[in-house]
Amino acid sequence: MRFARIWFLAAVLALSVPPARAETALLNVSYDPTREFYKEFNTAFAAHWKRAGGDAVRVTMSHGGSGRQSRAVIDGLEADVVTLALGYDIDAIADIRKSLPADWQTRQPNASAPYTSTIVFLVRKGNPKGIRDWGDLAKPGIGVITPNPKTSGGARWNFLAAWAWAEDSFARDDAKVRDYMAALFRNVPVLDTGARGATTTFVRRGLGDVLLSWENEAYLAQQELGRDQFEIVVPSMSILAQPPVALIDANADKHGTRKVAEAYLDYLYAPEGQRLAAKHFYRPIHPEFADPADARRFPKLKLVTLQERFGDWRATQARFFTDGAIFDQIFAKR
Amino acid sequence: MTLLAPRRSPLVGESATTRRVLLALALAAIGLFLLLPLATVFAEALSKGWGAYFEGLADPDARAAIRLTLLVAAISVAVNFAFGIAAAWAVTKFDFPGKSLLVTFIDLPFSVSPVIAGLIYVLLFGAHGLIGPWLIAHGVEVIFAVPGIVLATVFVTLPFVARELIPTMEMLGRGDEEVARTLGASGWQIFFRVTLPNVKWAALYGVLLCNARAMGEFGAVSVVSGHLRGQTDTMPLHIEILYNEYNFVAAFAVASLLALMALFTLALKSALEAVTENPGR
Repeated sequence: MRFARIWFLAAVLALSVPPARAETALLNVSYDPTREFYKEFNTAFAAHWKRAGGDAVRVTMSHGGSGRQSRAVIDGLEADVVTLALGYDIDAIADIRKSLPADWQTRQPNASAPYTSTIVFLVRKGNPKGIRDWGDLAKPGIGVITPNPKTSGGARWNFLAAWAWAEDSFARDDAKVRDYMAALFRNVPVLDTGARGATTTFVRRGLGDVLLSWENEAYLAQQELGRDQFEIVVPSMSILAQPPVALIDANADKHGTRKVAEAYLDYLYAPEGQRLAAKHFYRPIHPEFADPADARRFPKLKLVTLQERFGDWRATQARFFTDGAIFDQIFAKR
Repeated sequence: MTLLAPRRSPLVGESATTRRVLLALALAAIGLFLLLPLATVFAEALSKGWGAYFEGLADPDARAAIRLTLLVAAISVAVNFAFGIAAAWAVTKFDFPGKSLLVTFIDLPFSVSPVIAGLIYVLLFGAHGLIGPWLIAHGVEVIFAVPGIVLATVFVTLPFVARELIPTMEMLGRGDEEVARTLGASGWQIFFRVTLPNVKWAALYGVLLCNARAMGEFGAVSVVSGHLRGQTDTMPLHIEILYNEYNFVAAFAVASLLALMALFTLALKSALEAVTENPGR
């Protein structure tokens, strides 16, 4: 019988899935541009944990737009740790799911951000459109690629960096700032859901003249796809992007992985974690642990922080990115 | 392929030129929209040689994705087959109130976007869903695990076998079964010895279509997968991940394998059409 054979096949396939070995499994739900970094970090951590007398650790990764990943954890994706693009996406898990305390951000040093980054511009070789600073992005005829701030953490940093520049340039005149932002978003042809999608749109599909990008993502794109094709433009000012990490207590306790998960997060702050972060173009919070050659790559520029300019993420999210807030108003007007 | 070589009927009096132009247009369209992209997939996959190609396929995550895709397709096909037979049997051999409603419902997955198919399972089985919290409390993982992927795939492929069987069984009528019944056959005997042999080609055709769709489904599976590498990534999802990691050779290597599996299914389907006297339904 045909279907009997299919059932048999299904059973064989089901059995051929390798059984779980005696090893600890950790699930790290992360955002888009951290893929390469965590790939190397996970191997380093597994070796470290074994040296410290622990079990073999296998870290499973999940990557996507930060907001979308946060949503998945809220809907039941059982992350032991989350390493997302910005604090609000972890706040949302704490608020809705209550699987970690509301003050999670105080549990690790530096507001739980073991590495930081900023927003820079990636342009095509030779910078044919002469893009130097944020003001150029709103000029007619410039194609700007950024992901959607509703789903992407990087895009929210992009938005805030542009907003901060506009506030300084237009003497905090709210109407002028909004006009500038509307002009900028008129130049955006597509809104991808995550930073990596936006990068591939720019570098592979060849859309747009400038990509607003995480600094680390810009360096990585340049490294992967050729220094002869893309240039990084550092604007006059930008924002200090702090991608935080957190233990999801409820899931780690359920899996019995709290100890190893905590060690995993601590290791991000250890010399080896810091060195790897710098290697993958993240700005380490302890530059002294970075390879000097890696540390020298980061240009110095004026960086505003979320705290001093916008307050905390809950307030920033409500002001700019919830439904009907400033981003929606600007996007409707564009 | 009756489409490509239409026999000239006396009723349709088009000239040879018209026919050639139409044929050229059709071939150009197929070449441009089907063959060229397909060739690109293989060209890109082999752009760094066979070594890199097989390296992409031998990666543990890629192998896990291939295994998961085959598993999901096998389960979907089996469920589909059982459901298709049951539904077609009920619809064509019995009269009952709400019959046309049932037929309409069978078509529902065709008209609903796969993304919605995925989201309804998140709403049902998610941590804030209707039955999700209860299941999670009892240690049953559905969403962001293999069962969710199977459910979503079964949903989007549900109509295939039933859709193939219903017209065939309607055409065949109830005569054979009634004869078998008067000769004293039991219900199961009628099913295995009369009905099933009558509809086997249609059922197999549906199974192949269902299999092709189950292996290739992206949207619904993407919503419920959680994208855990080596665990809940099917081949289409794994292709997207590799592509997003600038690993183009591996991405297209897996894509070419998926395309080959689809082509194999299509070849089987064509062979089937050649075997049956009633092709191209």
